[in-house]
Amino acid sequence: MKEEKIELIKDGKRLSGRGFEELRPIKIDVGVLKRADGSCYFELGNNKALAAVYGPREMHPRHFQNAKMAVVKYRYNMAPFSVDDRKRPGPDRRSQEISMVSRKALDPVILRELYPKTAIEVYVEVLQSDAGTRTAGINAASVALADAGIPMKDLVSSVAIGKIDGEVVLDLDAKEDNFGEADMPVAMIARTNTITLLQMDGRLKKEEFERGLKIAMTGCRKIYELQRAALVEKYSKSGNEE
Amino acid sequence: MGQEVIEDIRKDYVYDLIEQGKRADGRGFLDFRDITVERDLIKKADGSTRVQIGDTVVLVGVKVEPGAPFPDTPNKGVLMTNAELVPLASPEFESGPPGENSIELARVVDRGIRGSETIDLEKLCIEEGEKVWMVFIDIHTLDNDGNLVDAAALGAIMSLLNVTIPYEQYGLTGEDTLQIRDTPVAVTVVEIGGNLLVDPNVYEESAATSKLTVISNADGSISGLQKSGSSGLTEEKIVKMIEIGIEKAREIREKYLPKI
Repeated sequence: MKEEKIELIKDGKRLSGRGFEELRPIKIDVGVLKRADGSCYFELGNNKALAAVYGPREMHPRHFQNAKMAVVKYRYNMAPFSVDDRKRPGPDRRSQEISMVSRKALDPVILRELYPKTAIEVYVEVLQSDAGTRTAGINAASVALADAGIPMKDLVSSVAIGKIDGEVVLDLDAKEDNFGEADMPVAMIARTNTITLLQMDGRLKKEEFERGLKIAMTGCRKIYELQRAALVEKYSKSGNEE
Repeated sequence: MGQEVIEDIRKDYVYDLIEQGKRADGRGFLDFRDITVERDLIKKADGSTRVQIGDTVVLVGVKVEPGAPFPDTPNKGVLMTNAELVPLASPEFESGPPGENSIELARVVDRGIRGSETIDLEKLCIEEGEKVWMVFIDIHTLDNDGNLVDAAALGAIMSLLNVTIPYEQYGLTGEDTLQIRDTPVAVTVVEIGGNLLVDPNVYEESAATSKLTVISNADGSISGLQKSGSSGLTEEKIVKMIEIGIEKAREIREKYLPKI
């Protein structure tokens, strides 16, 4: 990666031609894996993420069991070919942190107390990455949990905002992320406007943060509608077939 | 424990059906499930293929990067094959360092490509002793309904056929298509109660007493073999399995791979 400065906004437009508050194209497919109890394929621009849910099933090792509720396990993993320079396979510090914050983003909506002593396992594979993979992973995981029939209060929707060339914009792509001034992923429970994930890298003024959060929340609501529509489509279709 | 009982019942069911000359999905013993391939899905990879055999899905990506050669082969490029049985793909897979199954999968695929000298590694030398191209084949399993090896091997050769060596990206000059000299295809044959079957699904795999992966080339030669499973095989059986393997590989090659 060359580090020389590039212009990210020209004539009021982003390099991709998107507006400041415009999401990249999104594609959602529900129930794409046979072996998993629930699954979802989620595309956000050039990001391709696949999520699978297994469980609730017996928790191993046993001392990780919680006698009062299910324990959610979340594994975020990048395929070695998903990035420009091949990524060494297996977990690293970054993916471990992402796994943890993503789990905490989903925990609040899952009715974990219904399944004491069990594990609900969420596996996210990033097949191609273009900035925003953790948000794509959370969106996929949330739909996969619903597809697995895990009782939930609501879906969780996630998107990042950032700052490029002094402007606060929605959903950074890799170029904007590399050369921009700030990146802030947000996850939200749309029905209650509850934020379940919030991270920030870079530098934002207080007003920029406040505006950015509003833009992110609006973005989350749009994604929420698409997630819902994908689930409705899958289940209205399979209902007709059977 | 409940899981194990169900496993046993399934095994018996598969076994009984096969004794009657049938398979649960209606296939003949020597029929593959439907194969679909999609190429170049991953723009970040230098070559990639998604292979689906029945409900088994494997995504193979190839990345080519400059690096140092091994000291004992200073004028040769490096080929590295890696497989991840990610827990997303099956309730039986677990996270953690690669286990013996993923190592075996990667090594069998690697052996077929190496044995057939599909890639001329000497052509991948940039500067002797200093810099060569390293070809990474990464096998990412997405859904395991059996026979990962055949799917991964097909994905590997199809991805290699589409590889563009990223000379420009690294400020180098040279021939940018990767020269491919052969088209190795893996076919796994299993034995269940004395019967031989190809392309086992996950239940057939668990009912199989032995398993032989045969990797064969365009001229009908063999470039890799791997026997697994708990029982031994007679010479007669092995010869038969190899014949089946070569014949099925020929059919797959004709359908999915170019003539080299």
